[in-house]
Amino acid sequence: MTDLLSISDLERGDIERLLDLTDHFAEVSARPIPKVPALRGKTVVSLFYEDSTRTRLSFETAAKRLSADTMNFSVSTSSVKKGESLRDTAQTIEAMGIDCVVVRHKSSGVPWQLTRWVDAAVVNAGDGWHEHPTQALLDCYTIRQQRGSLDGMHIAIVGDVKHSRVARSDIWAFTKLGATVTVVAPPTLLPPAIGTYPVRVSHDIDSVLPTVDAVYLLRMQRERMTEALLPSLREYTATYGLTRERARLLQDDALVMHPGPINRGVEVDPDVADEVRSVIIDQVRNGVSVRMAVLFLLLGSGSELLPPEVAVPEAV
Amino acid sequence: MPQPTLVIKGGRLVDATGVRSGDVVVGDDGSILAVGPDLDAPEVLDAGGCVVSPGFVDVHTHLREPGKEEAETIETGARGAAAGGYTCILAMPNTTPAIDSAAVVREVLELGRSAPCDVRTSGAITVGRAGEQLAPIAEMAKLGVRFFTDDGTGVQDTRLMRRAMEYASALDVVLAQHCEDDAMAGGGHMHEGEWSSRLGIAGQPAEAEELMVMRDIALARLTGARIHFQHLSTEGSVAMVRAAKDGGMDLTCEATTHHFTLTDECCATYDAVFKVNPPLRTADDVAAVRAGLADGTIDCIATDHAPHTPDAKEQPFDEAPPGMLGLETALGLALTELDLDLEEVVALLSWRPAQLLGVEDRHGGPIIEGRRANLCVFDPEEEWTVDADTMHSRSRNTPYAGRRLRGRVRHTLLEGEPVLRSGEVTR
Repeated sequence: MTDLLSISDLERGDIERLLDLTDHFAEVSARPIPKVPALRGKTVVSLFYEDSTRTRLSFETAAKRLSADTMNFSVSTSSVKKGESLRDTAQTIEAMGIDCVVVRHKSSGVPWQLTRWVDAAVVNAGDGWHEHPTQALLDCYTIRQQRGSLDGMHIAIVGDVKHSRVARSDIWAFTKLGATVTVVAPPTLLPPAIGTYPVRVSHDIDSVLPTVDAVYLLRMQRERMTEALLPSLREYTATYGLTRERARLLQDDALVMHPGPINRGVEVDPDVADEVRSVIIDQVRNGVSVRMAVLFLLLGSGSELLPPEVAVPEAV
Repeated sequence: MPQPTLVIKGGRLVDATGVRSGDVVVGDDGSILAVGPDLDAPEVLDAGGCVVSPGFVDVHTHLREPGKEEAETIETGARGAAAGGYTCILAMPNTTPAIDSAAVVREVLELGRSAPCDVRTSGAITVGRAGEQLAPIAEMAKLGVRFFTDDGTGVQDTRLMRRAMEYASALDVVLAQHCEDDAMAGGGHMHEGEWSSRLGIAGQPAEAEELMVMRDIALARLTGARIHFQHLSTEGSVAMVRAAKDGGMDLTCEATTHHFTLTDECCATYDAVFKVNPPLRTADDVAAVRAGLADGTIDCIATDHAPHTPDAKEQPFDEAPPGMLGLETALGLALTELDLDLEEVVALLSWRPAQLLGVEDRHGGPIIEGRRANLCVFDPEEEWTVDADTMHSRSRNTPYAGRRLRGRVRHTLLEGEPVLRSGEVTR
């Protein structure tokens, strides 16, 4: 693997190897001094064309724990504002001698374009509506941590699947790891060809909730109202939100997950969100370990063929 | 008395009258002086193994001048046309300013006068192609403009389109429509379907095109206007036109080379060179377009040649402009990809579009004494690889780079002058 662009082009084995590797880095992260010299001398650049707090901080923390040097390319203060093209920006940054670009962009496909112009490893940190592979990996890792395996699980993904890169990555990741996925949303918030995805489709959350091992709530964006996709947020919450009443339909040990940031009171009731906060916070914590695994796999020695037992370096 | 200047020797002549062998002598007045066996003239153009046909006619060419000369000029576009075997091309009006007045029409025709191709122009239906007010159609028609379109966008307002049709029916002109309902297609960057869903790119459904085809068939029935549909791309559109023609309506349509050779799956690499409007559709749509070309539902092949600079096409997919080059690959694609007789392919590239444009006095006519020598000589068997860097267009945005094609133009004659000689543009 030379880049991490999407989950859809990974095999089950690739995903499992990454999750196995994440275990090692979770252990590193739990050390009193959570830092190893694995990527000393390597430089990782965050190229974020879209606002992000958690993903950017998570990648930066991951790179620093691996002793890589990090650079932040902030679009709002950069030459992009002066009209510099994507290609020129990428090649300018690469000329400074970097090993990895972590890119977030509002347009689907930008990470693919970058791979044509730079030799550095490209990590997709979210492209348009398309994919957000490290989010899916940390989601899988979190579920695996709780349940041991995704095999045979039933997971509901609820909300705006159509515009969600998280949903597109999670659908592939969950199903590749053996789970059954039901997407639950009004038809206006589903991709037009949802029938070609390996998922079941439901418009009735109440009938789905009692059957799932995990429910994954997507963030509902307010601008969807102006596109005539929904009558109102109120109606969305009434028909698809995880209200307190609905939460009672869930099995006792069902996981409630969310990629953040949460719209309290829209896709999930504030009390429900707090009840299950432990898992949502686990997602964030695991995000750092998963991204360490990704960076190590792409930039560490022997990235081509990862041995089953990776020797994780000792603490600095 | 015109003097012979050159002879096209050893070719197989293909025109609307059929196929035969013979040499063609061209005179210094730009006309065909003689056709027959073993003819001589001061200069010989070798046509051994080649087809000699009337020059090709493109009813859909974006030349970008005035306004976007960094992507193409009338001169460079015409050079590409000559390289592709075209002797007549029709400029689309979506320039800056739009070709929506007699003044701009004069400017474009003037710029085209020295070009190695007969450059005609369309005119906009509405002022500034804004879809709000009728452009001076009669004034432009007086300058010889015969095709009117807001191409790049369709006329959205149904009442305005009705009025345009009524107004135009008093003039000997054709109203051509870029069929796309903006409310349906707006914000879409590729065909809406399995691939757009998977790639996370906003799509535009086939119905966005079909709704306007449906509407304009109804309006043409109401007004009796003569309508032409540009770049039809969907199975449903082809079916509606077929049914309308079967019902006796006088309408025409074109299909582009990319809509019978490429599908929406091409967008999977997020390379905006595959972004075009109407978008690349599904394999079923491609099959329907091919069937429409085979059974006469679709009247001609158009290129929708749409140059864009590399910078423009290297933007993110959803920000890059739509359009792809077409003039230099049309013949090769038609011969390689269409399961049609050679004669039929030439008809779709030459005399059918010539009749549509009303230029059959000069282009697309039979190869006989007295006609203008606007001719194309091509080797139908020559295999070649498309190379974006050797194109004559100022831009490089061909989606066929690296593709092997069969059939290549060797010489193009414009008014008797070899503007393309052995693959080299000479003017």
